Amino acid sequence: MDKKLERILQRVQKPARYVGGEYNSIVKDKKDVDMRIAFCFPDTYEIGMSNIGLRILYGVYNSVDGIWCERVFAPWSDMEAEMRAAGIPLYALESGDPIKDFDMIAFSLGYEMAYTTILNMLDLAGLPVRSKDRHGLTPIVIAGGTCCYNPEPLAAFIDLFIIGEGEQVNIEVAELYRQAKKDGLTKEAFLKKAAQIDGVYIPSFYNVEFSQDGTISGITPRDGAPEKVTKRIVEDFDTSFFPVNDIVPSTEIVHDRISLELFRGCIRGCRFCQAGYVYRPVRSRSVDRLVNQAKSALTNSGYEEITLASLSSSDYRGLGDLCDGLLEWTEPRKISLALPSLRADNFSISLMEKVQKVRKSGLTFAPEAGTQRMRDVINKNVTEDDILNTARTAFEGGWNSVKLYFMLGLPTETDDDVVAIAELAEKVLYTWRQYAQNKSRGVRITVSTSCFIPKAHTPFQWEAQDTMEEYARKVALLRSSIRSKAITYNWHSPETSYAEAILSRGDRRLGDVLETVWQNGGRLESWSEFFSLDRWLDAMTQHSLSPDFYTHRERSLDEIMPWSVISDGVLENHLKKERTAAYAGMITPDCRAKCTGCGANTLVKGLKCDE
Amino acid sequence: MSSYRAEFSKTGTARYMSHLDLMRTMQRVFIRGGLSIKHTQGFNPHPHMVFALPLSVGCDSVCELMDFELLDDEAPEKIKAVLNKTFPDGIKVLSVYKPERKFKDIVWLAVEGQYEYDSGIDDEKLDALEAFYGREQIIITRKTKRGFGDADIRPNIYSLTLKREAPDTVRIDAVIAAQNPSLNPEHLVNALRQLAPELAPDFALFKRKAFLDKDLHIFK
Ligand code: SF4
Repeated sequence: MDKKLERILQRVQKPARYVGGEYNSIVKDKKDVDMRIAFCFPDTYEIGMSNIGLRILYGVYNSVDGIWCERVFAPWSDMEAEMRAAGIPLYALESGDPIKDFDMIAFSLGYEMAYTTILNMLDLAGLPVRSKDRHGLTPIVIAGGTCCYNPEPLAAFIDLFIIGEGEQVNIEVAELYRQAKKDGLTKEAFLKKAAQIDGVYIPSFYNVEFSQDGTISGITPRDGAPEKVTKRIVEDFDTSFFPVNDIVPSTEIVHDRISLELFRGCIRGCRFCQAGYVYRPVRSRSVDRLVNQAKSALTNSGYEEITLASLSSSDYRGLGDLCDGLLEWTEPRKISLALPSLRADNFSISLMEKVQKVRKSGLTFAPEAGTQRMRDVINKNVTEDDILNTARTAFEGGWNSVKLYFMLGLPTETDDDVVAIAELAEKVLYTWRQYAQNKSRGVRITVSTSCFIPKAHTPFQWEAQDTMEEYARKVALLRSSIRSKAITYNWHSPETSYAEAILSRGDRRLGDVLETVWQNGGRLESWSEFFSLDRWLDAMTQHSLSPDFYTHRERSLDEIMPWSVISDGVLENHLKKERTAAYAGMITPDCRAKCTGCGANTLVKGLKCDE
Repeated sequence: MSSYRAEFSKTGTARYMSHLDLMRTMQRVFIRGGLSIKHTQGFNPHPHMVFALPLSVGCDSVCELMDFELLDDEAPEKIKAVLNKTFPDGIKVLSVYKPERKFKDIVWLAVEGQYEYDSGIDDEKLDALEAFYGREQIIITRKTKRGFGDADIRPNIYSLTLKREAPDTVRIDAVIAAQNPSLNPEHLVNALRQLAPELAPDFALFKRKAFLDKDLHIFK
């Protein structure tokens, strides 16, 4: 180990996250390797190692001979200060080598508040943060992940974006790079070729023009870059790579367990939910395959916990069989099975009864809105009866704590909708009074609200976000409407939601803002201790941009969106129809009940949704 | 059901794992190897593993001891081989055997330390260092369960020798109290920082070499 590093590690918090050496981490012989990739996660080790996408792509990249993919995480502030003081550049965990000299630096973008961390990591690596200031072919800085559905705020910093699922396209890009390196191509020449790969977006090949009012007047591709970049999905999800021989961290991470990926996409079509749109269509793995993957992953890792990772696990067709298959194996081995993201229905409750024999502490529902009208607007197809019936079954079964999640600031929301959240919570409490098995232990009902953020590629992408004042007023209203002491109310601070809203629908002019925020100390901003809204507002002022232009402005339906080059396979017309339906309070059946022709089924030839 | 003791080393990158990290890792290594370890009884059963004396983060060791019981008897050599297959870097089982003595018989701990002085260490400084550890009393302030307290650590040092290994490095070989009370080797440096800062090294690294009983015989 590097001597300078050894000294630093004695002084920083949780040094184990900076040294690698974990079981199953991949170390290749450098002489067998002609391409080195630094897979960078712009957050801490504990968060990044909990990310299933990172684990999949790590496995996929390293399965290719000659490519060595290593992991890089953002250092915590104490470690960053020590590294800067000692002149230690950002290094990869497996080899300890500085990533500056790697061929490719690949960022995973999961949430907007990590953007400044990306700039900080590039700088810590010793690289210019702006794409135009990095001249050579090495390193190429790429990014993938959910945030790339609106890549524009990062357009100035990232050389190449990958849109959609990375299993295949990441390898295509890597292979093209290897060839380019052999042929001695320039960065520009490589990018030109890469732009021809489906699912690749090279921001520097698009000229974006703005009108006087700040909206976009035109986007023009150059050098043969495509007018539309459509997301990639794996051709066959069932048989696609799942890491069953995965890294086992030596120190505790956030999700310290095996996560089984049942399916991708979601049949539901909640209108506020970006994931529900951009991961379309639903594609599942078979029960047998999942049970086998679970067995191998558990045996190979030694983990004693497994969880189901999908957007809405209850919608997995074979959920009952899957749980039986898993329990048969996990129970005798004292391995616990966790079932998150279940819907509030009785089938799910009976399943949880079966699975969680001992601990019956917390149940979580996400009705998202208080009235049926509001739930119809957002297409959250759950009724009050569903919620109360499930609560009844749960209370009868011995549960005594329920968490309810809601959003404030949804389109068309009135004060009645806000007050109804309190009423719904009171009804859940009343249900407990009527049906609880054992009242002596009391009941805890928690209501949480977050501030609705309109997201790109959803039917609400044209909507205005509530102002922070309006959100605060609604929070106060809801607070005063909750009377019972058994109900606790938590609300998210609207400040991060505001900053997130600026970025999530932002254009490339925000690049200057991002750089200024970072220069003024912004990094690790998904951690509240490092976030400052004022820093963002100051930077917006400095660059003569108005935050409200991005957050509180309702877009006209014919406005050119900053992300309009990017397609997730869903037709814009479908989003418009859904928007109209929302305003009419009409629900849309889920994909399983009836296909409403969103277009995502055309992403891969011969694809059948939800099979 | 049989009891076993494993002697293992924890060095290099593994030195940064906490005791809790180590316990979790051991638990998983047994599962990966298909060895069924006995669990504790009770509401929340967990694998029953007993470590001789917890090792602090940042300290190497080549003499850690861990007791466990297996539901099915296995040859110690086989257990050792199975465990060594799936450790993270820096952990290695050195031997597995049936324990004959109890951990409470451990009295002393042999440690080795490297003190690094960036501007070098001359004879004068080395002598001063020697004299320092030879004092009658070495009273330092240290964190206790109830805030800070003063303690004389001199009685907890059985022996200590110093040797200059390089112009900027001094090697310490010491036998210090292992338990009741124990002396964290870090306090050998803390003592310098508090009482003779001019002698404190720029960097120090310790390694546990052996557990000893009251007669200074190696405890296994
Ligand atoms: S094509 Fe139809 S079934 Fe497939 S995701 Fe779109 S709406 Fe759902």
